Amino acid sequence: MSALAVKDLSKAFGGLKVTRGVSLDIAPGERRLIIGPNGAGKTTLFNLITGELTPDSGSIHLFGQDITKTPSRQRPHLGMARTYQIITLFARDTIIHNVLLALLGLSTARWNPITDIKHQGHLVEHGRAALERVGLAAIAERPLSQTSYGERRRVEIAMALAQNPKVLLLDEPFAGLSIDERRDVHKCLMAIPRDVTIVMIEHNMDVALEFAERITLLHFGEVIVEGTRAEVVDNPRTREVYLGH
Amino acid sequence: MNSTMSLRVFAIIIAVAALATLPLWMGGIYYINVASQILLYAVFALGLNVLVGYAGLTSLGHAGLFGVAAYATGYMLQLGYGHTESILVALLVGVASMAVYAVLSLRSTGIGFIMITLALGEILWGLAYRWISLTGGDNGINVPKRPAPFGYSLSNATNFYFTTLIVFLLVVVVMAIFVRSPFGAALRGTRDQPRRMNALGYHVWAIRFYACLFSGLLTAVSGILFVYYTQFISPQTLALTSSAEVLLMVIAGGPGTLLGPIVGAGLVVIVKTVVSGFIERWNFLLGAIFVAIVILMPDGLVPGTTRLWRLATRKRAPVAAKTEGAP
Repeated sequence: MSALAVKDLSKAFGGLKVTRGVSLDIAPGERRLIIGPNGAGKTTLFNLITGELTPDSGSIHLFGQDITKTPSRQRPHLGMARTYQIITLFARDTIIHNVLLALLGLSTARWNPITDIKHQGHLVEHGRAALERVGLAAIAERPLSQTSYGERRRVEIAMALAQNPKVLLLDEPFAGLSIDERRDVHKCLMAIPRDVTIVMIEHNMDVALEFAERITLLHFGEVIVEGTRAEVVDNPRTREVYLGH
Repeated sequence: MNSTMSLRVFAIIIAVAALATLPLWMGGIYYINVASQILLYAVFALGLNVLVGYAGLTSLGHAGLFGVAAYATGYMLQLGYGHTESILVALLVGVASMAVYAVLSLRSTGIGFIMITLALGEILWGLAYRWISLTGGDNGINVPKRPAPFGYSLSNATNFYFTTLIVFLLVVVVMAIFVRSPFGAALRGTRDQPRRMNALGYHVWAIRFYACLFSGLLTAVSGILFVYYTQFISPQTLALTSSAEVLLMVIAGGPGTLLGPIVGAGLVVIVKTVVSGFIERWNFLLGAIFVAIVILMPDGLVPGTTRLWRLATRKRAPVAAKTEGAP
């Protein structure tokens, strides 16, 4: 059974077709890289998979369950988590508070209007464990406004990991990072266990190719090449539309 | 307990002690009544602050809900029901009205939410004005007697003040608990990043809806206090100016803070009732104060003052260190 199966997914904004019959079949534990030039429809594809956009046609299955019409807010409860290309965090709060919000999203405790959030012992423990995985446990109480761009990227990943996802969608996790920060994020991603399937959009080919097992190349909303690292890199179409000659 | 915490606890103790002894050191019934007004409007502003400050939803129709609860109390009393039944029905009607408000207005956020709440507030004002058989129209509804719970008559200003103070303190404690709770955190999350909250598994609409109900409950409580305070309710209470006034309290004091709406209520009520006795154009003064706050402390008086205090203490610290190290 596939971890994530997308079949003939299409989406148009008015007359502009941004996703054209995209099909993906991603095995459990796989590391899949989605590449393509700017405007290829990569983030739109993520938005369709996570339910933030409704597809015009096609279907999405998560571990065999049809989630095409499942509201986006319910998909994290089914084991899907994502990060954003543009960092989307809670800037007024601390790092640990951001991770706690991710944990509360899947907990019935989110409806609790009485107990202090800091007294949610098991959640705080899980939150710290998630921060430990991305190397931020030591600065858990630091306000987000006092963190670097690279640390915020890792907070995004910690929030996704805190939800114990089965399928993790990473939208350009290395975007805008320095070499050192890239190394830190790369270390975090490599440490994610195999029971988590990862689909990643990335432009930085050095780190992305090292990470990916299979690659899908999108161009004008269509899958034009798909295969193993070697197959895709050697394909003339990849060189033509993305890597250059 | 660190020094900031100790200072905060000390300030709370002083404030509560000052409020509890206010009738002893505040000369005259008039000022005790002003204090009652400040407290009941503070409850109203705290209710609105749930939406404006913590949910990022600006309502311009809250006076409608405030008035509905006040009318419900007056109408029930007019029908011959007791105070307990009237208060319970008023709370229920207030929350139910807010539920209707929420269902209609939560279809949108930002300007859309403001406009829908404004329209709903105006509808309620129109009903109060025109549905004469129910509301008495322009003549309003009189509440002949204040209640006397457990034999403690609220007819005199001091007793009414103490009752209002108890309700106010209860609301402040409830708000403090609510703000620190997971639900409070989720609500603030929907204010800052609704899309992200949705992607994290939250039902953003439901969170906002329950926050509206909580806001409606506090607004109803203040509406009931108001009708017992004035012993009269008329359509003017539901007018747009009343909604704008309470919004002004929240914005001037500092939305999204516990103390801000209380300070804002104090400011507006004092200018409106006390200063208006000395200055004919008190509206102009209130407007000027508001403009000054927006320019000098755009986050409101409480966050602005806190920032100034931090700046002052931060500046003082290195100077002290230098002095210590000086020969």
